[in-house]
Amino acid sequence: MPKLTIDGREIEVEAGTTIIQAAELLGIEIPRFCYHERLAIAGNCRMCLVEVEKMPKPVASCAMPINEGMVVKTNTPTVKNARQGVMEFLLLNHPLDCPICDQGGECDLQDQAMAYGKDHSRCDEQKRAVDKKNFGPLIETAMTRCIQCTRCVRFANEIAGAPELGALGRGEHMEITTYLNQALDSELSGNLIDLCPVGALTNKPASFTYRSWELKSTESVDAMDALGSAIRIDTRGNQVIRILPRVNDDVNEEWLSDRSRFACDGLSLQRLDKPYVRRDGKLAATTWSDALSVLAAKVKSSMTGRMAFIAGDHSDAETLVAAKDLAAAMGTTHLDCRQDGAALEAGLRASYLFNSTIAGIEHADALLIVGSNPRIEAAVFNARVRKRWLTGKLKVAVIGPKVDLTYKYEWLGDNPSILADIAAGTHPFAATLKAAANPALILGQGAVARTDGSAVLGLARKVADTTGMVKDGWNGFNVLHTAASRVGALDLGFVPGTGGKNVAEIVAAAGKGELDVLFLLGADEIDISGLGSTFVVYIGSHGDFGAHRADVVLPGAAYTEKNATFVNTEGRVQRTRLATFPPGEAKEDWKVVAAVAEALGKALPYTTLSQVRERLSAVNPVFAQIDMVAPASWGTFGQDGSVLPQPLTSTIKTFYAVDPISRSSKTMAQCQAAFGEDQCQRKTGTHG
Amino acid sequence: MSMHEQPTSFAFTPEYLAKANIIIARYPQGRQQSAVMPLLDLAQRQEGWVSTAAIETIAAMLDMAPIRVQEVATFYTMYNHQPMGKHHVQVCTNICCQLTGSDGIVDSLKFALGVEFGDTSKDGLFTLSEVECLGACANAPMMQIDDDYYEDLTPESARAIIDAFRQGQTPKPGPQNGRINSAPEGGPTTLTTLSFSSEKA
Ligand code: SF4
Ligand code: FES
Ligand code: FES
Repeated sequence: MPKLTIDGREIEVEAGTTIIQAAELLGIEIPRFCYHERLAIAGNCRMCLVEVEKMPKPVASCAMPINEGMVVKTNTPTVKNARQGVMEFLLLNHPLDCPICDQGGECDLQDQAMAYGKDHSRCDEQKRAVDKKNFGPLIETAMTRCIQCTRCVRFANEIAGAPELGALGRGEHMEITTYLNQALDSELSGNLIDLCPVGALTNKPASFTYRSWELKSTESVDAMDALGSAIRIDTRGNQVIRILPRVNDDVNEEWLSDRSRFACDGLSLQRLDKPYVRRDGKLAATTWSDALSVLAAKVKSSMTGRMAFIAGDHSDAETLVAAKDLAAAMGTTHLDCRQDGAALEAGLRASYLFNSTIAGIEHADALLIVGSNPRIEAAVFNARVRKRWLTGKLKVAVIGPKVDLTYKYEWLGDNPSILADIAAGTHPFAATLKAAANPALILGQGAVARTDGSAVLGLARKVADTTGMVKDGWNGFNVLHTAASRVGALDLGFVPGTGGKNVAEIVAAAGKGELDVLFLLGADEIDISGLGSTFVVYIGSHGDFGAHRADVVLPGAAYTEKNATFVNTEGRVQRTRLATFPPGEAKEDWKVVAAVAEALGKALPYTTLSQVRERLSAVNPVFAQIDMVAPASWGTFGQDGSVLPQPLTSTIKTFYAVDPISRSSKTMAQCQAAFGEDQCQRKTGTHG
Repeated sequence: MSMHEQPTSFAFTPEYLAKANIIIARYPQGRQQSAVMPLLDLAQRQEGWVSTAAIETIAAMLDMAPIRVQEVATFYTMYNHQPMGKHHVQVCTNICCQLTGSDGIVDSLKFALGVEFGDTSKDGLFTLSEVECLGACANAPMMQIDDDYYEDLTPESARAIIDAFRQGQTPKPGPQNGRINSAPEGGPTTLTTLSFSSEKA
């Protein structure tokens, strides 16, 4: 490995490292605008100039690979001078409108101008002005502020796989724009806002509503999909102003999907902030004690076993364990967390986890996607697949919807029987999988949420077994979840017990009047209209489908309003943190369940959060291991049986409306208006 | 980018398509994008300018995102982004040409064509553009019409060239004052013993 000296300190780095990276390893900071460690090197802003011995001029450290014996200086008067020169040029056409710019206070240009800017301008020429561009409903533009670093162009091209941004014209006339000024159609577009080092691209829904220094940040975990991306919730008072990604290389790198980022206005809309009881056919606001006594009266008049629980997609583990304990105390085994009817079984963890891990997909060299559209089911993860595909080392095939995934793949069809052919080795893709060092498959919820889901699951397992997907140090069998609550619920065994009914059976029984009381834990995606005259208790945060049908509504907290545990699709146990308080009289959901239990005379044996968490670990020890993924042991699961010819599809059609929060969000509604209700209809593009 | 009325479709004529395919075939498999500039040029030769529809057609032919093609097309000033007259008159006003009288050439052209820079004459025959140095400074002042340079202009000779084009002729390109290429005006001042072949004739 070559050695070099930076500011008199010697360091040995891998060949091919650039000077800026080597300096970073030494903790020496070099200013930059265009350089970003996750994007291709552009070398066009020149802010990172350093001096290198024996080189006649200062060099751009981000674009200069190191050489043996290089002597680099980052703090000489020449360097300072050179950077001041660059800064002066950057500011020539910059409007300096920081007081009215949303980026103010968190702007790279502002910060670096403090270090390298002159206190006055030597330029009396007119500055150029550039028209606003249309980047869609999520990104506000002020292109006069743009310094043409092209980070946004590279992100759209490389990471998002939506090559719709470009730099048109040249020199002073260069402008960044979308193709024909059309809205940028990507689920990851919000990341442009973070990447833009100036205030050219800013958060449109939050435009002019905050100054960055007024906000309080809380580090938390996202629950808008099943990835569990690391987020930072920025609040002012009790309002979530914006949500930003944090770096977590294992999960989201530093990206965040647009739903996770921009649905946050839905956190303060359609909220349940008081308990409600249905009286004379109408929901009327009431007090906790009244709601609970109405509920208790109803339950007491009902027979044992005629009660059921359905968990929604946002239920945290604390709530689930409390509800499960309550169900047991009430003597019912009718409980289920699989709103979509997915035929996944609790018990064998490997059968429902994303076993290769999210980051692990970067080691896969052949990938079979079954019944999933990862682009809208897990947008950030899809970017990871694309990243691997861009290296040229990953072959992808799809059985399921034929949609633009931002990478090229072989479409094998959408009939689940193809899986059987692959398992039997008669399909050509079987050979590709077998020849791969690390073959993998992704099983979407669309593959298992069918009447023959169990057989599809069994076939997928066979494919994994027969193509060598499961071996020492590698398990390529991956279930891609869409609900943040699902893995945690399966880990807790929130599925029908002996003689218990699953979601479809619960709904059918309710319709036939065989159920007296149904508890919906934020469950809004079931067939609400089929519940007959069953007494429905809705515990959740939003006045969505479930609450409208309910007889008693008990207001709960959204994921930003509680310290709660979620398990992501890989089986990673993570915790959200309270950023704002639940509105009005709403309470953390597990406490609501505990209050219900108490009202029913079955008080749960825990009263504090740490006690619930002890209970979690007692039910399943994985809950004791925060932010870790342990390999799960393999086994046999799924059923033998024939599969139906119905095409495999994705369970999600509209990226922008999948849960009560995104359905309540005005921003998400605008996105639907701009991009349509069906993101699966996107043409399979030629780009890539 | 100012947008002009855009045609809804574009297709290469069979003749141009054949040329395009020859160019594309020059590049190795997977590197067809390299053909983007010559293809844009072909489209412009066919239509006089590069429309959005042409950009999209070329993008599809080369498996590129349309914006990538548009970036190239807008980077180079030689691609036109609006409908053009039959002949494109590009007059240089950069330093050498200006010192040798391009102002007069410009006035004469504007008067002859009845247009300002960027406009097309009423008869649809000429579009007049102002350009920077075209690298023919030794023969300044000069202008380019279509693919040819007309050099050593005077307001009168510039006018005469336009008139000839108007009548459907193609005047002889090159110096308009009898000079041979860039040889010194009025004959050699050094190396006087050397003779030029064409001088003998
Ligand atoms: S808009 Fe922002 S990210 Fe894009 S080129 Fe301009 S300054 Fe860079
Ligand atoms: S950071 Fe090196 S040139 Fe922009
Ligand atoms: S200045 Fe006119 S050709 Fe060079």
